[in-house]
Amino acid sequence: MTALVTDPGKDVDVGSGELNVAELKRNARNEIWGLLGLCSPSLFLVGVIIILPVGWLFWLSLYDENGMLSFVNYERFVEQSSYIKTFLTTFKVSFAVTGACVLLGYPLAYMLSQIPRRAASICMILVILPFWTSVLVRTYAWLVILQRKGLINNLLIDLGVIDQPLALVNNFTGVLIGMTHVLLPFLVLPLYASMKSISADYQRAGMNLGAGPVATFWQIFFPLSLPGLAAGVVITFVLCLGFFVTPALMGGGRVIMWAMRMQQTTSLYANWGAGSALGVLLLIVTFGLLGFFNWLLRGQIKAAWGGK
Amino acid sequence: MSDQTGLPITHWQRLWLYAVGGFVLFFLIAPCLIIVPMSFSDSTLLQFPPPTWSLRWYNEYFGSIEWRDATMVSIKVAVMTTILATPIGVAAAYALNASVLRFTGIINMILTAPLIIPVILIAIGAFFLYARIGINNTLTGLVLAHTVLAIPLVVLTVLSGFRSYDMNQERVARSLGAGRLSAFWQVTAPQIRFSIISGALFAFTTSFDEVVVSLFISGGETTTLTRRMFNALRDEIDPTIAAISTCLIILSVLMLSIAQILGTKREN
Repeated sequence: MTALVTDPGKDVDVGSGELNVAELKRNARNEIWGLLGLCSPSLFLVGVIIILPVGWLFWLSLYDENGMLSFVNYERFVEQSSYIKTFLTTFKVSFAVTGACVLLGYPLAYMLSQIPRRAASICMILVILPFWTSVLVRTYAWLVILQRKGLINNLLIDLGVIDQPLALVNNFTGVLIGMTHVLLPFLVLPLYASMKSISADYQRAGMNLGAGPVATFWQIFFPLSLPGLAAGVVITFVLCLGFFVTPALMGGGRVIMWAMRMQQTTSLYANWGAGSALGVLLLIVTFGLLGFFNWLLRGQIKAAWGGK
Repeated sequence: MSDQTGLPITHWQRLWLYAVGGFVLFFLIAPCLIIVPMSFSDSTLLQFPPPTWSLRWYNEYFGSIEWRDATMVSIKVAVMTTILATPIGVAAAYALNASVLRFTGIINMILTAPLIIPVILIAIGAFFLYARIGINNTLTGLVLAHTVLAIPLVVLTVLSGFRSYDMNQERVARSLGAGRLSAFWQVTAPQIRFSIISGALFAFTTSFDEVVVSLFISGGETTTLTRRMFNALRDEIDPTIAAISTCLIILSVLMLSIAQILGTKREN
């Protein structure tokens, strides 16, 4: 049946006896060209507007200011401390944000997977609504909430917890809070999907055999949820690395991340070689992480499901 | 007893879990909840709750030519992106679903590249390319760039619609004499229409909310709403943006509701 669905050239083959092989081959060929034709507008646009310029930038990154072939744009990354600082900041923020997303997202996804379906789908709306709201709107809201005379500071001062307003924005804390809010759904959605697929029978069996709720969670549920968690973590981390809007608006110029550095180098200093090199390195790190974890995860999923 | 899993754990024992989960949900939704009442404040200081209520910032928004122009540019670009990205995305999904192509894997990879490549790199690349061919700061340039960003979302959404559809139905129609296009239009399209509309909604939102690429390739008369908001936020916390944000939140709620309704219809 699947063969019928996936290969229209073959369903003629099956029943009938005498067939014109040449005619069939021509049909199959036409079919392939037709389908390629259907893909071509999308492929053309993606090719011209994304892949061509990215390739071009890659090429540019290999030339120095005098138009000579050199690695000077890449050598700068290890020589100049300002670049090293940018990378360190980027990784620090990315680890912190991903960590915060795990701490907040795991319990949420776990709760959603354990409560009745109806309640879960209502809670899900609260996860998806921010997902559909512009990043700018959410960043603006956090600026209002976290600023010196903002909601949190006023509340804490009124309660007498603090005397002086805390610096919650235009620094690392602001970036951390803002980015965690934006990226949390990217962790929760895949994690929830994978937790939903863990049969409650496993937990029931564990408890039936005498394990308490805590042991059941750590020994049965948690290991089974790891592939989903890893997928969410990788997606979140990779998105962090190239994130622009929130750090640019909530970092107050103090938290310079990778993407901001790229924007400054190209727009402000018009140094295309250096900006391109930053972009190429970002792309390599992104693809490297995604590729590595894709390979790793498949192994884990296979192990978790007995090689199925 | 938890009624869904049937585990011998009481809701009472899980209270801490509900508390943590509730807190995280609150964290997610709080910004949207707070910005709406703030937009109806009368004060230039963003206090919560607002001391007096007014429509001052809405008047400011709708009265300002710059904001209105920027909004019109964003709407135009989003509509054109939807009109362009939806049909070519559906066509690509149709071809990928047939998966008779030897290169299905590669095509899939190319079409999802806009999702994986960091958007800042896409933005700089587009800016660089557009500078060469002279379409920076044009609607055409914006629509093309946003279309490319929307294509993977349309393709993925429509592909998931195809998965629950039996292609043999279209083959039957064709064996009964219908042409490929009319078979698709009369038999397939009505059955995957909810996925197609969801894909179109994704395309619209992607374009309308897009910031980074617009920041590079739009400007002057084609300044998008998001670009203007970004620049305004960089300078000061202007309460007009609270009014604009509220309008955008209402738009998101609207889109999400349509998507949810379509989603449940698709499942049935």
